[in-house]
Amino acid sequence: MNDLEAPPAAARAVDLAKVYGTGDTQVVALGGVTVEFAAGRYTAIMGPSGSGKSTLMHCMAALDSATAGQVYVGDTELTQLGDKQLTRLRRDKIGFVFQAYNLVPTLNARENITLPLDIAGRDLDQSWFDTVISTVGLGDRLDHKPNELSGGQQQRVACARALVSKPEIIFADEPTGNLDSRSGIEVLSFLRRSVREFGQTIVMVTHDPAAAAYADRVLFLSDGVIVDEMMEPTAERVLERMKGFDGLQQVPEAG
Amino acid sequence: MIRATLKSLAARKLRLAMSAFAIVLGVAFVVGSYVFTDTIDKTFEDIFGGLSSDVVVRPELPVEADFVSGFNPGTTTTIPAELVDRIAELPGVERADGEIENQSMFVLDTDGEPVTSQGAPGIAVNWHDGPSADGSQVLELIDGRVPEGEGEVALDDRTFDEAGYAIGDTVRFVSTGDTPQVSAELVGVMRFGESGSLAGASLSVFDTQTAQELFLDGENAYTRVAVTTTDDADTEQVRDEIAGILPDGFESITGAEVDEETATAIEEGLSFFNTFLLVFAAIALFVGVFLILNTFSILVAQRSQEMALLRALGAERRQVTRSVLVEAFIVGIVGSTAGLALGIGVAQLLKVVFGAFGLELGEGLVVQARTVLVGYVVGVLVTMIAAFVPARRAARVPPVAAMRDDVVLPESSRHTRTGFGSALVLVGAAAMLIGLFADVGRAALIVGVGILAVFVGVAMLAPIISVPVIRVLAGWYPSVFGTVGRLARENALRNPRRTAATASALMIGMALVAAISIIGASANESVDRALDDGVRAELVVSNAVGQPFSPAIATAAAQVDGVAQTVSVRAAPGLVNGETTYLQAFDPEAFDQAAKLDIVSGSGDIDDGGVLVSEETAEAEGLGVGDSVQLTLPSLDEPVEIVGVYAESPLLFGGYITSQRTLENGGVPPVDSLVYIVLEDGADVSAVQDELNEVTADIPTVTVQDQQEYKQQSRDQVNQLLFLVYALLGLAVLIAVLGIVNTLALSVMERTREVGLLRAVGMSRRQLRTTVRLESVAIAVLGAVLGIALGLVFGVALQQAVADEGLDILAVPGGRLAVFVVLAAVVGVLAAVWPARRAAKLDILRAITTE
Repeated sequence: MNDLEAPPAAARAVDLAKVYGTGDTQVVALGGVTVEFAAGRYTAIMGPSGSGKSTLMHCMAALDSATAGQVYVGDTELTQLGDKQLTRLRRDKIGFVFQAYNLVPTLNARENITLPLDIAGRDLDQSWFDTVISTVGLGDRLDHKPNELSGGQQQRVACARALVSKPEIIFADEPTGNLDSRSGIEVLSFLRRSVREFGQTIVMVTHDPAAAAYADRVLFLSDGVIVDEMMEPTAERVLERMKGFDGLQQVPEAG
Repeated sequence: MIRATLKSLAARKLRLAMSAFAIVLGVAFVVGSYVFTDTIDKTFEDIFGGLSSDVVVRPELPVEADFVSGFNPGTTTTIPAELVDRIAELPGVERADGEIENQSMFVLDTDGEPVTSQGAPGIAVNWHDGPSADGSQVLELIDGRVPEGEGEVALDDRTFDEAGYAIGDTVRFVSTGDTPQVSAELVGVMRFGESGSLAGASLSVFDTQTAQELFLDGENAYTRVAVTTTDDADTEQVRDEIAGILPDGFESITGAEVDEETATAIEEGLSFFNTFLLVFAAIALFVGVFLILNTFSILVAQRSQEMALLRALGAERRQVTRSVLVEAFIVGIVGSTAGLALGIGVAQLLKVVFGAFGLELGEGLVVQARTVLVGYVVGVLVTMIAAFVPARRAARVPPVAAMRDDVVLPESSRHTRTGFGSALVLVGAAAMLIGLFADVGRAALIVGVGILAVFVGVAMLAPIISVPVIRVLAGWYPSVFGTVGRLARENALRNPRRTAATASALMIGMALVAAISIIGASANESVDRALDDGVRAELVVSNAVGQPFSPAIATAAAQVDGVAQTVSVRAAPGLVNGETTYLQAFDPEAFDQAAKLDIVSGSGDIDDGGVLVSEETAEAEGLGVGDSVQLTLPSLDEPVEIVGVYAESPLLFGGYITSQRTLENGGVPPVDSLVYIVLEDGADVSAVQDELNEVTADIPTVTVQDQQEYKQQSRDQVNQLLFLVYALLGLAVLIAVLGIVNTLALSVMERTREVGLLRAVGMSRRQLRTTVRLESVAIAVLGAVLGIALGLVFGVALQQAVADEGLDILAVPGGRLAVFVVLAAVVGVLAAVWPARRAAKLDILRAITTE
């Protein structure tokens, strides 16, 4: 993990811009962001609401299209791809964890976890599946439907779903937003383990400094541009940084 | 509260438009039925009303003419010319014109084909210039001149246009007289009444003497007298005065009375037709109820949080209920208005279609206030009834639900539903059986209500039935379609109540279609069997235009080489013990050579004026051999003896058989409706058929058929009726399909976030569409399977109930029913097109983050 050589990027953006609306109602969500997400790293994106952190993630994850610039997942440039290729890319190379779990209520936990593989028609790597299941600790819950699981358990199912297809990169959007702190810690620890032990690449959007502290690196976004970054963060340092950040934010408002 | 209702209404335009569409179709059918029958009514009234002179003298007929079916019983009773002269001399009488009318003078076009449409009469009259009661001329000469001598004829302008003759050409006719082929020189074109419409009939005008030659064997007599009174005379007084000099069997009535009689007859004739159409409108609306109920249920469910919020803010239960009902009211009004417009359009379309088939209707459409009122009342009422259950459920949303994430609406317990549903099925089935098999009044109504109750009961039980059925029907999805299939199956099972309600709508249409198919197949099978077992005659001469033909044809046929015997069958309406019935007339002994006549008691000897009665009629009327019945024909009214009882057969209709001589004595014109041809042993059937075809070549109104062809013709008739009913039931199926579209669209909207997720984790648009499509197919096939199961029960019950009336063989058209299931699956695919496209088009990002 502490190699001197920089690991290759799992995903990167070059001058990525996203503008909503036109003319007077124009809103610049991303104003030319250039960033790399190193493989095997756990990156957190932080920023006040409206800073563009979700937009950045959506564009990186092939859920939203960029207005300008390029997005690469591995070696694939996304902005040139059509819907079919994007769908395939999401299916094969990207994993998702959402704030609201987003499980399919008609499928049980096992079926939800294998859903991306089933959709793709790919074979399940049973030993990998068992590893993932034991890591998330869902062994005895696999036959339950989502509505029979607690919020924490549902989010763990969602994490397992993201991991089981061994994607090149997992995007997590406020994965602890709906969870109590204990369940939140479980999920965050689990995500960090998957980076440390399995070499998974994770990009997580959060507004919680404690959650960000689980990452290897934190990016700070404000007004659609990256304003700072922090390696080996702790909750205190992130909180500190965010405070100063808030102060900075207030300058234009005061003036 | 009202404003909140209106706002929510506007916000759900599309979903409501779907449910309103059910109302639109149902109301359109009701309105269309009324407008169309009113328009026909007016057409007939325009044609037949206001035509009569001040006073009319005519033979007294026991059975009035049926204007709608074009059937005129006719009579051979005539009024001597001398009597006309005497009437003319009476005080108050300005003139008396003898009229001759015949209903069977069919104009052939230049290609030798009959001009009139199926079943419409070929009317022929003599020319006179006496005015009708309002002083106008019924026939207005618009080209050429009036016919003046032998071999001259004038045609009405519509027939003239259609037949393709020019003035001076020789027009060919087929009549029922002794010389069936007639021709005459076209000398003029006349317009009948104001519109010129004859509702598909043709009108040929001859001079009086020619008409007498053609229709009255040259006798100087008339079939009717048109009397014009002097300006100062009292019509009714003149009528009574004329009545005073008339011999028995004739009557004198005023033109106003004739018009009234005509109007009543038209109304009666059309009321059946109207009822027939309204039954289908009612079915469509009934199916519509399911669609609306389901739509409102889903909408209420989706809005339960909003309802809870209103409750939390202090809205009373009643206010919540009312807000849903107000919404339904508005949807009902909007739907009814659109339905009204569409219905008028439908009537216009029907008019055009009828016109294309030769039944030209008068100008414009008749939209009565009653039609509009019925349209609105039905539309609004049906919507509100359908919305009532969801409205009540909406009011029961606890206010605290506003604070919760997922609201589960309180629903009636499964037990209540099962109990109530089963009870309804039992009561309905009992009512059906009583109506079908017990001897009760208003049987049709009881059966109808019974079927209705069974439908509602099964629909209530459907959520329970549907789960195992879907598991079977969609069980193969996962193995063929993988996860996509599993998702589709689970989605169909997800909300059994919704799936069941959607499928129930289709079930109703399918059940009726299946039942009708069984009846149709049984009818075909029974007739086939009856023809196979019963008809020994190798060839059959029957009419092609639904009108009888000249007996000269049978005479000519008898001369053909190889023909052993010809057996003619005649039919006429008459009164038996004061009740209208059809009498068939033939020689039982000869008939038995050609077709089977099974005398179960007494003898078949009716030569001395006796009659035979059918087993069924004998039982119903309590008659037996040796009893006497009062037989009334145009010029006969006397008791006749029942000499025998015969077994029911599809070859025989009506309840009585009499001799042809009795009919002739009774003043019924001697015309045949069917002639059986029995060949000599060893004669070549097709050779004789060719010969007979040559004999009847000039008479295109009749066809010569062998047994196979004759069977096919009767099959075609049954099938035609079957397809008409299918087409009408198609509307109910269409509404059910809309229901599937609606439910799927609403479900897709409800599952937006899930759809977003599936797309995010890599499901392609095509896979997503397949998921929706498979769910739709499961629902549609569920509806079809339930419907066909019910239809089997209904069909078999109906067939059993009418088994004694000739429908004695039960036939279940398995192939056709299987086709219906396949069609249902296709319908499912089609119904899914739009919802699937909607699902596939959802913006992933927005879908996944939606609340």
